[in-house]
Amino acid sequence: MIITQKKPIEEVMAMVGDAKTVAIIGCGSCATACQTGGEAQIAELTTVLEQAGKKVVATTVADYCCMSLGVRGKMKPLVAAKPDCVITMSCGDGVQCVAKNAGNIPVYPSNNTMYLGEAVRFGVWEEACHLCGDCVLGQTGAVCPITQCAKSLVNGPCGGQKNGKCEVNPENDCAWIKIYKRLEATGQLEKLTETREDKGYSKVSYPRTISLRGKK
Amino acid sequence: MSNLRDALESGKFGITAEMAPPKGFDFSEPLEAAELLRGKVHAVNVTDMQSASLKASGLGLCVKLKQAGIDPILQVTGRDRNRMAIMGDILSAASFGIDTMLALTGDHPIVGDCQDAKPVYDLDSVGILKMLTKMEQTGCDCGGNELAGGAPKFYKGAAVTPVYEPIFLQINKLRQKVESGAMYIQTQGIFDLDTFKKFLDMVDMMGIKTHIMAGIIPLKSAGMAKYMNENVPGIDVPQHMIDRLAAAAAEGKEKGVKGLPMQLGIEMAAEMIARIRDEHLCDGVHIMAIGAEKNVPTILDKAGITI
Repeated sequence: MIITQKKPIEEVMAMVGDAKTVAIIGCGSCATACQTGGEAQIAELTTVLEQAGKKVVATTVADYCCMSLGVRGKMKPLVAAKPDCVITMSCGDGVQCVAKNAGNIPVYPSNNTMYLGEAVRFGVWEEACHLCGDCVLGQTGAVCPITQCAKSLVNGPCGGQKNGKCEVNPENDCAWIKIYKRLEATGQLEKLTETREDKGYSKVSYPRTISLRGKK
Repeated sequence: MSNLRDALESGKFGITAEMAPPKGFDFSEPLEAAELLRGKVHAVNVTDMQSASLKASGLGLCVKLKQAGIDPILQVTGRDRNRMAIMGDILSAASFGIDTMLALTGDHPIVGDCQDAKPVYDLDSVGILKMLTKMEQTGCDCGGNELAGGAPKFYKGAAVTPVYEPIFLQINKLRQKVESGAMYIQTQGIFDLDTFKKFLDMVDMMGIKTHIMAGIIPLKSAGMAKYMNENVPGIDVPQHMIDRLAAAAAEGKEKGVKGLPMQLGIEMAAEMIARIRDEHLCDGVHIMAIGAEKNVPTILDKAGITI
C-alpha cells in the first residue's frame, strides 16, 4: 500500500489561495486506510474550507485514484460543478491521475506521499519496498536490504550497528542482522555466501512505463 | 610503488597512521603533523569525511602528502560519490602517483554535520573494490569503455570490525572484500587482545588470506573511552582500562600534573602494539590518533618499532 500523510493544513490553504469554490476527491483504497483520503477526512477538510469562507461544490471518492478509467467517471460531475480548484486526497499518483481528468481546473494535493509499506497494526505503517526494479528478496530471507538498510547495502552490513540497531536511527534494527536471523531460521544461511552481481541503476531510470499491450 | 605494499608483501610489520584533512582550506596543520610521521610509518591514511563530518576532500591532502614525499593512502567511501565520481577520483589520484587506497562504505550523512546531503551508496566497500579490480583486469572504466593508456593499479584495502555480533556477518563481508581485491585489512580500534585473537582464528578458519593491520586508538581519558563504548560501533574498551585512565586522572589532580591519562593512553597503545608484533598476531598496526597525530612517533618509540 502507498502510505500517505496529511500536509499541514496551512500548506493546503496556501495552494487553494483565492479560489472561492473547491471540489474534493478522495481515494477509497490506500488513502482511506491511511486516514488521509476517506469520507471522514473529506468531511474534515470540507469544514475547514467552509470556515475559511470557501464553498465546497462537490465531493466524491474514487475506488482507486490511480485507475484512470474509474477516475474519469468520478471526475465528470466534479468538473461539471465548475470549481475554481480540485483537492485530491490520495497519493501523488492519484493527484496526477485526477489532474489528467480535470480539464483546465487546477488540482492540488492534500497529502505527502511517503512510501510503499504495510499496515503492521491499526494506525502504524512500516516502509517495506523501494521499488528498485530488481527484487533481491529471494536471496535475503524476504527482508529487503534496499529499504530496511539505511544505506541500501546489498553485500552485507556496514560496521555501523550498535547492539543490533542502525547507526542512522537507533530505533531501527539493522537490516542485515534481520536478514541473518531470518536465513538462520529458514536454514538458508548459505545464501549469504553466494556472490551477488551488481544490479546497477539503469533499470530505475525514470519515468518508466510497463505495457502488456506491446505499446504505451 | 606503494610503500605499504612493499612492507606487507615482503613480510615486514606494516605501520600506518590516520589523518583527517582540515575543515577548511588551510592544510598546514595536517602537513606539519605528517612531517612528524615521515620515516616512522609506511603510509599516512587520509580519511574521507569520517563520521560524515564535512572536510576538504581526502584526495587534496593525499596529493599534498605525495608531493611532500610522504606515501598517502586514499580512503574512498561510497557515501557521497557514485561509481563515476569514484573512478574519476581514482584516475586523478593515480596521475599524482597515489597508488594505495582503502575502500569503505562510509558513515551515513544523517550521523554527520551536513545532514541534508543526499546519501549516495551507489557502491559499498565491496562494490568499490570489485569495480577497481575489474578496471585493472580489463583496462576499462565502469561502463566497460576502454581507458586511454590502460588502468592504474592500486594496492587496495578495506576495513573490518572484529567486535561484532553476529560475527559471521563481518567475516562473511570480509571474505567478499578479500575476494573483491582487498590486499590488506585494517580493523576498527581493538582494546582486548583475547577478543582480537578469537577474531583472527575465525578469519583463519574461514580460509581468508589477507594482511590484517590491527586498529590502534590511543585513549586520551576515561571519558573518551566511555563515550566511544556508548557511541562508536565496534568499540569495546574493557573496564580495567577505563579504571586505569580514571586513576591516572585522579593522580594527576592530586599531584597537580596535567596530561597523565593521555600519557597512560600512549603507554597502553605502545604496549598493545609491542604485544601484537612480539606475538606475531597480525601483519601490522593502523594507528588512529584522532587529532593527536603528534603522539604517534612517541607511541612507536615506546613500542620499539621502526619501519
